[in-house]
Amino acid sequence: MSNFEIKAYPEMWQSLDIDVERFDKMRIMLGELYEKTFLSQENRPAAMVYFDNMVAELHGGRIKELLAAKEDGRPVIGTFCVYIPEEMVLAAGGICVGLCGGSQGSIPDAEKILPRNICSMVKSAFGFKDGRICPYFQAVDFVYGETTCDAKKKTWELLDQMVPTYVMEIPQCKKPRDIALWLEEVKDFKAKVEEVAGKTISADDLAGAIQIMNNKRRVLQRLNALRHHKPCPISGKDGLLVEQIAFFDEPVRFTEKVGELCDELEERIQKNVAVPAKNATRVMIAGTPMALPNWKIHNLVEGAGAVIVNEESCVGTRYFKDLIAENVSDMDDMLAALTDRYKEIDCSCFTPNDERLDQVIREFHESKAQGIINYSLQFCHTYNIEEIRIRQACEKEGIPYMFIESDYSSEDMGQLQTRIEAFLEQIGE
Amino acid sequence: MFVGIDLGSRTVKMAVWDGERLVDHKIVESGFEPHRQAEKMVAGVKASVIIATGYGRHLAAEYFADHVITEIKAHGLGIYHQFPDCTTIVDVGGQDSKVIALNARGKVSNFQMNDKCAAGTGRFLEIMAGSLAYDLAEFGQAALKADKEVPINSMCTVFAESEVISMKNRGVPREHIARAVHASVADRLSGMLARLGYGEEIAFSGGVARNPCMVQMLQEKLPETRMIVPELPDLTGAWGAALHGANY
Repeated sequence: MSNFEIKAYPEMWQSLDIDVERFDKMRIMLGELYEKTFLSQENRPAAMVYFDNMVAELHGGRIKELLAAKEDGRPVIGTFCVYIPEEMVLAAGGICVGLCGGSQGSIPDAEKILPRNICSMVKSAFGFKDGRICPYFQAVDFVYGETTCDAKKKTWELLDQMVPTYVMEIPQCKKPRDIALWLEEVKDFKAKVEEVAGKTISADDLAGAIQIMNNKRRVLQRLNALRHHKPCPISGKDGLLVEQIAFFDEPVRFTEKVGELCDELEERIQKNVAVPAKNATRVMIAGTPMALPNWKIHNLVEGAGAVIVNEESCVGTRYFKDLIAENVSDMDDMLAALTDRYKEIDCSCFTPNDERLDQVIREFHESKAQGIINYSLQFCHTYNIEEIRIRQACEKEGIPYMFIESDYSSEDMGQLQTRIEAFLEQIGE
Repeated sequence: MFVGIDLGSRTVKMAVWDGERLVDHKIVESGFEPHRQAEKMVAGVKASVIIATGYGRHLAAEYFADHVITEIKAHGLGIYHQFPDCTTIVDVGGQDSKVIALNARGKVSNFQMNDKCAAGTGRFLEIMAGSLAYDLAEFGQAALKADKEVPINSMCTVFAESEVISMKNRGVPREHIARAVHASVADRLSGMLARLGYGEEIAFSGGVARNPCMVQMLQEKLPETRMIVPELPDLTGAWGAALHGANY
């Protein structure tokens, strides 16, 4: 347990033009944080070892795989958003990976250039590229950006000066003409991926990719359903970690390993093994994504003896709740089916977005949670404003509810700890 | 004896409850190591149980306390005991401000608390008092005497301080500025109360409740309610913790 470390690959990092000295310090800090946050947990499922190793190799072994794929002419595309049609990348033989954007360390780099009053995720990501301290950013052929918020949309223009950044327009309403635009954007993205991959995507390629991604989403749905069991067979921190690694790992292997974890959790449920205490207060998270290594809220909530049983988030159910219809084989029909699936994602960038209110309430009941913590990154206007309607919906349903607006820094940990503990006391009474 | 100890950002408060009466209490500066200060305070008391609350509650539990509760629950218990019909609490301490709603049984049903910024807290008042060269004790009195109020736009401690400095340099009388500072905190608190909802009576606890201008201005903003200030407003949390100890 005390030997955990994020593995160092200084030569490979050098070849990627990474600021090796600085990155090595971050590697050590991340390793310590990981050990403290995850490996100190009692009674973890044995199958989590795979994910521990993934974290240890996140900036090494996995990058090697990406570089090997590039050698073979397969494109590697980086992203921050669940609206990227990953199937298209897979169909072209490429790899879709998440990018760094979850830690405070790179924010001072970004604030030298960007305005301060935009969200931590955008600043952190930009800073990772500017500081040359994210091997994913250094390895990708291009970055997929979208138009889900103003901060991202305008930051892409600056990011493009450092790494090629392709922008897909995501509409903001879901009327038929918006969906028609969306379908055109999907087709443009297909053409872009084909150009970079140097190959044409066939209907069979796409069908195969849809299958792979559906299977990945099915296994994440299965894990989520197991987390809903009372008592909970896995901690919220570990659940979140698997959801975070979903954005970095090879999808077929990941699906298999999450499947093994689910098998173990089913056994635990039969044997009535719970993590943590059987009577722990069950909390559901709703809101903005928690990019690796943002474990702040989970740490505080589970540190106070409660357990998180569900994340209604992009790093959570928004990523895997919907599947693509598999009963079509013609390319045009598949593209329409794919667009149909992506339009079901209920990001707060849409208006109206009433389906999200229903989704939050549904997940609350399905997860047998006792309260909802709505978490929004500071300066994320759409989630911050939609919070009001989520709160109203929870009040109407009599659901204990608390809103937390925060960022990646640790300066509000004291206040947050008090608020979270008071919220748990309130639920307990 | 049931001991409640409240390790706040500015002071440590101790309340000793014998099951019927408050038999002793103490309030001292937190100093650099509040848990050591607190440990000294409880050392002489024959305590059957010690309940810690406030910012330093977990540290106190590491050293000497038996159990912790949050200051939100503690203030709820403290106010419910003294004013059983009151269902709304405003607690303004050194580091944060909270509004708490209680149900008819005195349990916390909802609360709001400031986030990481110091706006609307005792710390904000203290910095502004310093900037106007007032002692904290005379700050509220001076503001009460002002016959005129100038608006302060910023609630941010840093920006408000620059605003105060530029007012001073325009020759605005300092009691007018003092009143404006109080008004901005009262605005903030009444905003939090409006979001949470409030009853016919509002109990004002925490150290800032000893500032007469703050109480009066909040009362003026909310004419349909009655502000109640406990005899020992800063002791509310410690007393609540001691009461919790009696039922622990």
